[in-house]
Amino acid sequence: MKNFFNKNEETHPLTWRIKDLNSSIFIDEYENKKGYFALKFALKNLSPDEVISIIKSSKLKGRGGAGFFTGKKWDLMPKKKNILEDRYLICNADEMEPGTYKDRFLIEKLPHLLLEGIILSAYAIGASVSYIFLREEYVLSKILLEKSILEAKNKNYIGKNILNSGFNLKIFIHTGAGRYICGEETALINSIEGKRPNPRYKPPFPSHFGLWGKPTCVNNVETLANVPAIVLNGSSWYKNISNNDDTGTKLMGFSGKVKNPGLWEVPFGLTARELLEDYACGMKDGYSLKAWLPGGSSTGILTESYLDVSMDFNSINIIGSRLGTAISIAVDNSINIVSLLLNIEMFFSRESCGWCTPCREGLPWSIKILKDLVNKNGRLGDVEMLEKICKNLGIGKTFCSFAPGAVSPLYNGIKYFREEFDNGIDTNLPIYEKKVCGIQSNIFS
Amino acid sequence: MKKILSKEEKTFILKELNKYKNPDAVIIEILKFVQKRLRWISLDTIKEISKIISVPASKIDSIATFYNQIFRRPVGKNIIKYCDGVVCYINGYEKIEAELSNYLKIQPGNTTKDKKFTLIPICCLGNCHNSPTIMINENLFSNVTKKSIITILDNII
Repeated sequence: MKNFFNKNEETHPLTWRIKDLNSSIFIDEYENKKGYFALKFALKNLSPDEVISIIKSSKLKGRGGAGFFTGKKWDLMPKKKNILEDRYLICNADEMEPGTYKDRFLIEKLPHLLLEGIILSAYAIGASVSYIFLREEYVLSKILLEKSILEAKNKNYIGKNILNSGFNLKIFIHTGAGRYICGEETALINSIEGKRPNPRYKPPFPSHFGLWGKPTCVNNVETLANVPAIVLNGSSWYKNISNNDDTGTKLMGFSGKVKNPGLWEVPFGLTARELLEDYACGMKDGYSLKAWLPGGSSTGILTESYLDVSMDFNSINIIGSRLGTAISIAVDNSINIVSLLLNIEMFFSRESCGWCTPCREGLPWSIKILKDLVNKNGRLGDVEMLEKICKNLGIGKTFCSFAPGAVSPLYNGIKYFREEFDNGIDTNLPIYEKKVCGIQSNIFS
Repeated sequence: MKKILSKEEKTFILKELNKYKNPDAVIIEILKFVQKRLRWISLDTIKEISKIISVPASKIDSIATFYNQIFRRPVGKNIIKYCDGVVCYINGYEKIEAELSNYLKIQPGNTTKDKKFTLIPICCLGNCHNSPTIMINENLFSNVTKKSIITILDNII
C-alpha cells in the first residue's frame, strides 16, 4: 500500500497510529499516542456548546453516505430542559452496504479512537447513554469493542463522573440479527426498541423524537472517529487538510479485480484515477476497467471516462452519482452490466423491509425483467419499463431512501450501457401489452 | 405443553428484562440466546417466551420473522454463509456457491440430510478486499477458492 506507514497525525488523523495491520491498538498504545488527550482537554476546558461549535466550524460531514453536516445535526438537538432529561447517542456500526469495509477496519484497528469519539460526542449533545449498534456478523469487532470498553471503564473514561468532570456516560453494545435496513437511522432506533425495524416517518426527526421518544443522535463510526482530532487540533487545521469544500480526510478504497484492493486514508479531492492507479495499483493483468461504483452498491454506476472526477460529495453528485461510503468498486471488462445489476437488485429486493409499495413491488419486478434480459428473452418495452421503475422508486416517491439508492445504479446502468440491455431483447417474442399495463409485477412469473 | 426453555435460559431472560425499561427491547437478545442452544426458533418457543416476558406472541413473531439471522426452520449444526455481495459477484462467488452446493448435495437455503450443514447466502460481510468471502458459524474465511473451500469443510467434519 502506498505510503501506508509513512503517516503523521497532521495529515492522517484517523490512521496515523496504525503501524501494523495485523493488530489492534489497545489502551496502553493508544494512550502513548495521544489517546484520550482530546477528551481530557475538552472535559477540562470546553463546554458542550463549545465542542459543538468546533465541530460545526470544522464542517465535518457525516461519513455514513448522506454527507449531512455533523455539527448541524448535533445543533438540531433541543436544548436540555433539565439535567436529568434522557437523551441518546447511537453509533451506527451496522455496516452492510455491499462493497464497504471501512467501519469494520476502524473498529478492529482503533476501537479506542471510536470510543473517544463517542464519549466526546455524547458530552457535546448531553447524552448519558450511548448504544453502539453493531452488525451481528462482526463477531471479532464485538469482542474487541467489549475489551476496549472494559479498559476505558477501568481508566474512568466511561462511567460515572468521568475524570472528575461530573459527566456520566454508559456505553452499550447492541447487536442486531441481520437486515440491511437496520442501518437506516429510524429503522435502527426501532430495532433497539425491539420493534419490527421498518423506517419511521419523518418528521418528527430523531433529534426531537428518537429512541423511546427522547432526543437521539445517530452518527456513523467514521464520523465519530473524526471528532477527537478536531477537538484537539482545532477546526482550522482540519479544514486545511484537504484542498476541497469537503474538509478533512476520508477512508477511501477500491475493490474488485484490482491489483491491491484495500482502503486508505486520503484527503477529499483526490481523483478516482489516483485512487485506482496509485493506491490500488491499477487493474489486474488481463483486465481493464469497464465501469465503477463510487461508494457502495447504492451509488450510481459510472463509466471509465469519469475517473478524473474529484472524490468529494459535491463533485460526484454533479455527475449523477453519490460519494456514498467512498469505498469504490471496480467493474472489469469480463462482467456483463445487466448481470451485475441483477446481482445488485437481488440484494436490494431481498433486503427491502416491504413497508411501502413502490419498493416492495418495484424491486422484484425489476429482477424479473433483468433475469429475462440476462437470459436473452426480454421483450420490446422491457428496458423502458425498467426506466419507469427507476422513476417510480426515485427520491420522494418512497418512505425512506432505500429505494432511491437501490435504483440509482440501475438508472445509470441503462444510461451508459443501454446496448447491453437491448442485446437481451428477443424481437421475435410478442409484446404483452396487457401485462405491461396490468401493474402487478407477479403477473410476469 | 412440554417446556422447551431450560432453567438457565429462563434466568437469562429475567436478568435481561431488568436491563431495559421496556420488555420489547430484550426480544432480539432473548431470541439469539435461545437460538444458540435450540438452533432455531419454533412457534412453541415463541409462545413460551411470550408468557415469561408478557409480550404478545404475535409481536415476538413479527420480530423473529424480520431478521434473517433468526431461523424459523430447523438448521444444521454448522451454518455456512457465503457472501453474494457485488464485489464477491465480480470475483466469482457463483463458482463457490456451485461448488458448495455440489459438495454438500443441497441447494442454497437447505440443510444436509445428516443435519451437519446449512447453506445460506448472506449480504456483504465487509471483507471485500479479501473477496470471495464465506463465514462458517462465527469464523470468516478470506479469498476462498473452489479448492480451499473443500479443505475448510473437510476440517470441520
